[in-house]
Amino acid sequence: MSDLKFKPFNEMTEADYATVGFKSGLEIHQQVMTSKKLFCRCPAGRYSEKYDAEILRHMRPTLSELGEYDGTALMEFKTKKDIIYRIHRDTVCTYEMDDTPPFEINEEALDISLGIGMLYNLNMVDEVHIARKQYLDGSIPTGFQRTAIVGVDGWIPYKDRKIRIFQLSIEEDACREVSDIGHLRTYLTDRLGMPLIETVTAPDMQTPQEVAEVAQICRRLVRSTGKVRTGIGAAREDVNVSVEGGTRVEIKGVPRIVNIPLLTYNEAMRQWNLLRLREELLRRGITPKSFESKTENVTKLLRKTRYQPIQIAIEQGMVVSCVVLRGFKGLLQWQTQTGTYFSREISDRVRVVACLTTLPNIIHSDSASETIATSEWQAIRKYLGGTDEDTLVIVWGSEQDIKTGAQEIAIRAKEATIGIPSETRQALRDGTNGFERILPGPDRMYPDTDLPPKKISDERLQKIRINLPKPIWENECWYSELKIPKDVIKPLANSPLSSLFELAVKELKINPTLASIALIQYPKRLKRLQKNGKVFDVESLTIIFEAYSNGKIGREGIYTAMREYLSNGKLSIPKKCTEAEIKKIIIESEKDLSKIKLINSEKKIHVQMGIIMNKLRGRIDGVVIAGMIGYVKKGGC
Amino acid sequence: MADDSYKGYRGEALSTLKNFDALVWSDVEIKTANGKYIGIILPRSETADPNHIVLKLRSGYNVGIAARKIEDIQINGRNEAHYKIPEKAFPYDPKKPNVKLLGTGGTIASRLDYRTGAVIPAFTPGELYGSVPELADICNLDTEKLYGVFSENMGPEQWIGTAQAIGREIEKGIQGIVIGHGTDTMHHTAAILSFMVQNSPVPIVMVGSQRSSDRPSSDAALNLQHSVKTAAESDIAEIMVCMFGPTSDIYGLLHRGTRVRKMHSSYRSTFRTIGDIPIAMVSTEKIIPIRQDYKRRRSDKNVVINTAFEEQVSIVYYYPNMKPDIIDSLIDNNYKGIVIAGTGLGHVNKPLYPSLKRAKEKGIAVYMTVQTLWGYVQMYVYDTGRDMMELGVIPGANMLPEVGYMKLGWALGQTNDLEKVREIMMTPIAGEITERETSNGYLIFQGGIPEVEEFISKYRK
Repeated sequence: MSDLKFKPFNEMTEADYATVGFKSGLEIHQQVMTSKKLFCRCPAGRYSEKYDAEILRHMRPTLSELGEYDGTALMEFKTKKDIIYRIHRDTVCTYEMDDTPPFEINEEALDISLGIGMLYNLNMVDEVHIARKQYLDGSIPTGFQRTAIVGVDGWIPYKDRKIRIFQLSIEEDACREVSDIGHLRTYLTDRLGMPLIETVTAPDMQTPQEVAEVAQICRRLVRSTGKVRTGIGAAREDVNVSVEGGTRVEIKGVPRIVNIPLLTYNEAMRQWNLLRLREELLRRGITPKSFESKTENVTKLLRKTRYQPIQIAIEQGMVVSCVVLRGFKGLLQWQTQTGTYFSREISDRVRVVACLTTLPNIIHSDSASETIATSEWQAIRKYLGGTDEDTLVIVWGSEQDIKTGAQEIAIRAKEATIGIPSETRQALRDGTNGFERILPGPDRMYPDTDLPPKKISDERLQKIRINLPKPIWENECWYSELKIPKDVIKPLANSPLSSLFELAVKELKINPTLASIALIQYPKRLKRLQKNGKVFDVESLTIIFEAYSNGKIGREGIYTAMREYLSNGKLSIPKKCTEAEIKKIIIESEKDLSKIKLINSEKKIHVQMGIIMNKLRGRIDGVVIAGMIGYVKKGGC
Repeated sequence: MADDSYKGYRGEALSTLKNFDALVWSDVEIKTANGKYIGIILPRSETADPNHIVLKLRSGYNVGIAARKIEDIQINGRNEAHYKIPEKAFPYDPKKPNVKLLGTGGTIASRLDYRTGAVIPAFTPGELYGSVPELADICNLDTEKLYGVFSENMGPEQWIGTAQAIGREIEKGIQGIVIGHGTDTMHHTAAILSFMVQNSPVPIVMVGSQRSSDRPSSDAALNLQHSVKTAAESDIAEIMVCMFGPTSDIYGLLHRGTRVRKMHSSYRSTFRTIGDIPIAMVSTEKIIPIRQDYKRRRSDKNVVINTAFEEQVSIVYYYPNMKPDIIDSLIDNNYKGIVIAGTGLGHVNKPLYPSLKRAKEKGIAVYMTVQTLWGYVQMYVYDTGRDMMELGVIPGANMLPEVGYMKLGWALGQTNDLEKVREIMMTPIAGEITERETSNGYLIFQGGIPEVEEFISKYRK
């Protein structure tokens, strides 16, 4: 193993990441835009903190194929949580409560996911099989998520290579967590059951920046369909990270792509440092086999302590235990992430598994901060038969929780001698991550016996394919060739209007620059006129483009028509003016002009042009009028 | 053709698999016009179409691939699933009561074979202990599988066999009996057992689950704990149904076997006592009786097992415009008893009268119950009722229609003398007819009403 020391985030180079063998892949969850949920007819996308009833459930692990409890399952069972679901009758029916079997899958959601699958160049499946993916944290009242693969084995282009897409599935969204304190976890159910697609990439990204960039491409790709939800929580990334010799660790629920680089950097650092910790343990002769720990109840030794958390705990009749980790001296202060130490790994486990959620939940003898008195440490060390080479970890709580807590301390310490545990970790605001649960094994997939397989016909796929936008990377290339303004290339490729652009340029023969500006910049300029979230739809814009193409309106008429559409909510294409009408207006303009005194008579024709265009703007191209009255604007076009 | 090598496959899919010698459980790489797929070929459900092959991908997901698109199947190995429920010896503690679990075929405890989707019932004490270890804290459990049928296929043979098995266990001195049963007809079986097994000295508890036990949120484990606790510890020596009270994992209810009914097609809290209140509430901690007039546990081994049953009995669910041929066909097919679920207080239309008269003349026992489920038959209030009594229709008080059916079958199994049948029918044996209905026997809250909503919001559903 290289003895590279992690540099600060900004100083890490591509070569450094290559040295540590950084590898990362993404699991992108994206809600799709449907009016109803995936397996019932409840409205989708209606969020509210309000609730009118509560349900209490417990999750029991079910056995895996070999009759073993899955690691996650076992952990969740140890935690023995009461799970409360808050339900509101407007957003939740008996299906989400798990009191009614599923209704048939939402076809609209399935169509959207099939379309996005094709954009990812996936092999689409011919028959969709719905599976149950177990989740024992309670985030879904059934204890499993209904999910189905729609395509496998695709790719997207990135730099000069391809990023492989393992699979795309359609699934139901989970509950929103309200709180998780002690043995009580509370969820809101409004989001539960909303249709979601999950895209899994291969671990093909080699630096934290690459992960974020690929996430951006995927985000833009799905958004280009115009059929996905946007806004807070509509898209969430799970990021898998590993380093050479490390383990795949999943950082869950990253809400913003900009957070990805720092989060993945910290995880890589954590794994790197944990591997170095293992080397240090080995140097001290501590291996999985020789690892030794001992736990004792030390409540009576701390009866008179002045350390408040323990003092209060003892007053409340709780128990204090101490775990001695042989030969671990100083190692709980071993740095794992930025400003984070190995003791956090232990504290996290105790918090999650033993439900000791009030922090601090442990203290240890490696810490320099003031906790219990030195004499108390000495007494405990003596009581447990510990030496100066050992580390003492103290934990307090109810008798049952302490038993679990003390076990977890020993388990996590021992795991340090093995390497990096496979975990799901939670993204924290400061860019570090904390333990969430043991990474579930592959045995948590079950076929859903409630719903039959669903055939996907070639005709269906064909129909979806016709209406798909071109992949963003293809459009970007084409736009560059067309030489449209650089600043509209990306937004246009991302936009669901990209298909209209193609129609405008290829069929209606509209100047590409004009069409791109009309589709991207005009709506921005007109944003203030947007009422009630009214936006431009493809149909009305097509009518406007056609009017321009047929000469019914001039260049400026496009903008005018769009503005009118937004302010009146109606599409009014001005009538093309007749020659007689133009002549009449020109004659009128000459009359008007005679009433104006002009100092500089050279400007006369300029003013006349203005008078005429004020009356005809949007209905005829200015160039035509200029030709008729012999106006030549100085400085060209 | 039943060849397990290609289990469930037919037509195009079968011939494609045969072409490439790709048996079920082969670890394969399939090439199609669209691309390649890697995984294990799974058996196919026999009801699914003949055009697709099911593949379990490495990720654990299943997908179907159209057989006609397959260009090549490369076989890289074989990986057959051998699914087994782990067994752990059920601990024996001489201080704990002995409970017997009789299985009729419901899957109160089961595991799903994750590859095929087949449900494998867990049933031996060892398997149950492996699935619900908490049971060992309550009792010493022994099990016996009587039948393996879906609850809709339960019939006289199974009812009689179950009653006899109960008799044997009581004779042997068991301290409580649990009967695992599918939920659809659990209340039918509860009713007939209430008549066939009388004067039991120990609790007899029927139990099932509304969500199969392969689900993490299943009600099975908790129902099993509640029922075993009731059988082991309660002093209620009756035939009961033990299922969820609310939909939440909080407590179960012990319903009297003759007054209980499945009232929702899928809710956990589907079983309700009709026209009365349940006997008790049960949680993993305690059993709280909510009435006192139940039969108490005794230490003797005396029980009356009477398994008579006449199968030529039917329920007729009356509807407006019913034609007499419905009744006539029962008469012509030599039915001996008819239970009518009539409208309102117990009515049918006039066109049926001649047929009812025929039935009377043929010596068929006809009893009236109400399809409103709650309330008594009262045939004196309207002329229709009086006319019908003239025609020999006997009001069945507040017996539930299904209970009336079971009891009439049981009564006719004992005698053909219609007077004796009437005596048996109208003498309450196990609460199937009550003398009075108290006001809390009929409580169906109407959602939407402010005070109801307020009440509901205060308690976990």
